Amino acid sequence: MTDAALIWSYLASKPLLWLAATLIAYWAGDRLYRLARCNPIANPVMIAVVLLAVLLWLTGTNYESYFDGAQFVHFMLGPATVCLAVPLQANLAKIRKALVPIAVALVAGSFTAVFSALAIAWALGADTGLLATLAPKSATAPVAIGISESLGGAPTLTAVLVLLTGMIGAIFVTPMLNAIGLTDWRARGFATGVAAHGIGTARAFQVNDTAGVFASIGMGLNAVLTAFLAPLVLQLFL
Amino acid sequence: MVPALSIILIFQLVGEVISRALHLPLPGPVLGMVGLVVALQVIPPLGAIIRPAAQGLLANLALLFVPAGVGVVAHLPTIAAHGLALAVSLVVSTLLAITVGALTFTWVARLVGSNPDD
Repeated sequence: MTDAALIWSYLASKPLLWLAATLIAYWAGDRLYRLARCNPIANPVMIAVVLLAVLLWLTGTNYESYFDGAQFVHFMLGPATVCLAVPLQANLAKIRKALVPIAVALVAGSFTAVFSALAIAWALGADTGLLATLAPKSATAPVAIGISESLGGAPTLTAVLVLLTGMIGAIFVTPMLNAIGLTDWRARGFATGVAAHGIGTARAFQVNDTAGVFASIGMGLNAVLTAFLAPLVLQLFL
Repeated sequence: MVPALSIILIFQLVGEVISRALHLPLPGPVLGMVGLVVALQVIPPLGAIIRPAAQGLLANLALLFVPAGVGVVAHLPTIAAHGLALAVSLVVSTLLAITVGALTFTWVARLVGSNPDD
């Protein structure tokens, strides 16, 4: 074997290479996102995913080998979900003041997200596994991945659908709600957090601070509600 | 750093154990999150210990989705076969959910007199 081949066989068998590649790809994605003035179309995660997918294809690496390295990043999703408690608790006073609208809009938004997604995909011929994969797509990624796993879906595909959902929400929310003429920033932010999780929340913070706070509340509450709702609504389509 | 991470992992661990022991639909980390909200309310000093680590982790939350997102390479045939169903479903349901949620919030807030300026 040549030196280059020896080095490659070492790298291919250790987590170092793909752990580093994951961080570097995200760094590149984040730089491009800022260059695009935080336009939601230039989502840093989507850019990183595309860069890494091309790199895996070019080097003939399969997903399992990639994940051996990337699992250290993936593992942190659990602790990060637990940490969502910090902003949620910090905003408890705001939640209490708008408790009734929050509770009703949470159920309405969350149910609409799960039910309409499943109804459309079912009508267009999606099979049971795909429906289970799709059901939690409005919940924040770590939670959606967990729900997808427990419903018998494909968690990695769920992760991509979650990303796309967030991007769709972030791109369309402002022009759409302006067209409808909704002016309550609490309502706009909250609904965005419920339907489009963290990516929608990041977008809400760019537009208005109150919207951002209510979006994080919506995201946190919907993480809990989707875990209950997704299995129930999925039953309707089996 | 170590106390903060220990506390966060303890809540995740307890959440995971409860979720599995009682066969709950809630993933362990979500139960851990609910538990931590309660704990932060009851024991305020806990906030000062975990806040820096929590904020650091949440500031880079997007990075953590990348490994799962790359999993799309293993699902390209599914996406090719059901691309239209997935695309229509995602776009329509997301926009519908935002509209329904925002309209409901505004309508109920007016009904119960919850003012945006409070």
